[in-house]
Amino acid sequence: MSVTSASPLSKDALVALPATATDAWTEQRAQARQALLKNGLPAARSEEYRFTPVLRSLEKKFSPRQLAGYSEGTSLPALDAHLIPGFDAYRLVFINGAFDATRSTDLSGIPGITIQPLFNDRPMLNLADVEADAFTALNTGFGTHGLAIEVAPGTRLAKPLLVWHGQKSDSPAAFHTRLQIKLGAASEATLVEKFDTEGSGDVFHTFVEEIEVGEQAKLQYCKIQNDAGQVTQIANTVIRQADSSRIDTFTFTFDGKLVRNNFQIVIDGENCESHFFGLYLVKGNTLVDNHTVVDHKKPNSFSNEMYKGVMDGQSKGVFNGKIFVRPHAQKTNAFQSNRNILLSDTATVNTKPQLEIWADDVKCSHGCTSGQLDEEAMFYLQSRGISKSAARAMLLYAFAGEVIQPLFDETLKHYIDQLVSQKLH
Amino acid sequence: MLTIKNLQAKIGDKEILKGINLKVKAGEVHAIMGPNGSGKSTLASVLSGREEYEVTGGEVDFEGKNLLELEPEERAREGIFMAFQYPVEIPGVSTINFMKTALNQIRDHRGQPPLDAVSFLQLMKEKMKLVQIDQSLLNRSLNEGFSGGEKKRNEIFQMAMLEPKLSILDETDSGLDIDALRIVANGVNALRSKNNATIVVTHYQRLLDYIVPDFVHVLYKGRIVKSGGKELALELEAKGYDWIKTEAALAE
Repeated sequence: MSVTSASPLSKDALVALPATATDAWTEQRAQARQALLKNGLPAARSEEYRFTPVLRSLEKKFSPRQLAGYSEGTSLPALDAHLIPGFDAYRLVFINGAFDATRSTDLSGIPGITIQPLFNDRPMLNLADVEADAFTALNTGFGTHGLAIEVAPGTRLAKPLLVWHGQKSDSPAAFHTRLQIKLGAASEATLVEKFDTEGSGDVFHTFVEEIEVGEQAKLQYCKIQNDAGQVTQIANTVIRQADSSRIDTFTFTFDGKLVRNNFQIVIDGENCESHFFGLYLVKGNTLVDNHTVVDHKKPNSFSNEMYKGVMDGQSKGVFNGKIFVRPHAQKTNAFQSNRNILLSDTATVNTKPQLEIWADDVKCSHGCTSGQLDEEAMFYLQSRGISKSAARAMLLYAFAGEVIQPLFDETLKHYIDQLVSQKLH
Repeated sequence: MLTIKNLQAKIGDKEILKGINLKVKAGEVHAIMGPNGSGKSTLASVLSGREEYEVTGGEVDFEGKNLLELEPEERAREGIFMAFQYPVEIPGVSTINFMKTALNQIRDHRGQPPLDAVSFLQLMKEKMKLVQIDQSLLNRSLNEGFSGGEKKRNEIFQMAMLEPKLSILDETDSGLDIDALRIVANGVNALRSKNNATIVVTHYQRLLDYIVPDFVHVLYKGRIVKSGGKELALELEAKGYDWIKTEAALAE
């Protein structure tokens, strides 16, 4: 009989998790802890984390207690260095996992928006399922910092909301942050989330966000993940759309040790439009895993998903795109594509579309590709006098451009453009 | 300008060029003709530096430089231009941006400052007329969705922009109707001068009605088996390639 040494984060070991807090979320926290004890953290054989050995990445540095614990970080990250130049926004700042009101914009005078510490009241939304993902459970059980943001019906926010997560730690640290956002009927908001980490410590960050987009409301959303090399981030996003709402989302991942985005869109209304784009441009040992779900629950909606990846060094890309079209969701149009370029022999990508369609009158398509840079195109550019490196950058930039061009804000687009061209040169 | 001595090249295990000798002087137009599979396009590819071909012997001197040692982009900067038989479609890169980058890298190589936006546009407008190409086409992604004729006109437009010393037209006539052929040929003729040279690679004589060569060479089984004046092309048109094959077989 072979003996395998159990992981320090195995299911059995999780009994060492601390007790959950007693507050307005007591009930949810207890459920979350139970779910964790029942399901454990995703082990190597877990189907949902097949290519993403998150447990292996965490178990060397974290005990169950540390995993759940909130830490202060060792010092302040340099906020200014990470802001988006010229991007005028209402700023909401999380420093080392805690909301920092003094560095954030005071929104108390702004009509149509209210912001509250999340755990003062019972949950405003209940979209993220603690049974669906262990890290949602971990976050729900042990997270103590978050915001509840409400945009009143009919409000059109004058400026985008910029939520900045800055972390700095020279020793292992775990942070759990959470947002709940409710866009009232016919309201419009832009949300930009940016993640930056400094310091040499291993940082583990779970982030949960639940967003409800009301009838005829519009959400523009952009996430920029540029965390330093030793960060493991698991983000769980659930966006629920009501009738005639529209969302445009962009997920950019440029760095990190292991980044997992569970990105779920629930189209729970008719005549909705959802566009979602993703770009991961990574090198070194970075692993980026985008698990997306588009769940068409009602008829007559449109969704279009385009994720692209450029991987160099020994980086790994994972894309899993689920599309559900429920039995009543007739006349659904749902499109998905995932394209990847591998720049080295040691970079890998695993891409998997998963379409489950129960309605019969729908239009759905998906496509995924992965390959090297087109050599014929390289030669064509070089044959006109363009250097190899410039030709390579041109082609990659053009490849990435398809995901950047539709971005809704020019300043933001310029910023991403620059980040991308820096990464490509 | 260009001296090719005993050039041999293969792709994979297949020997294609088996000893090419050719001298091209400034001001001259040379036509390379030959049946399919004779090595015409391989010669063009080897001269422009395509990686798939391995040069196994011989020398190529271009203006005193060993051409075979240069990267494709270095050859272009030295003044070699190949008009592709199958121009590549590159989504997301506009012809204008592409030309600006190419031209400025070539200028940089020559020690010239980059062209400012106004001068670049002026130059572009001037060259566009030459091949009757519309600016809206040049704003679009390079060759993407272009018709066969538009792609070839774009090749000659690029040639006009970059002002090469030696242009190699690789089967530029393939896929062109007679009007497009005339436009392309007129463009090439307008660019001819006593300082530059052109190698026209073609299967048919048709293109040579418009771009009149000074010399015609017949390539067969990787060797130039016959050279002559422009009348050789007419003879080939009238008699086909079989008599060349027979002659070559007798010579072996």
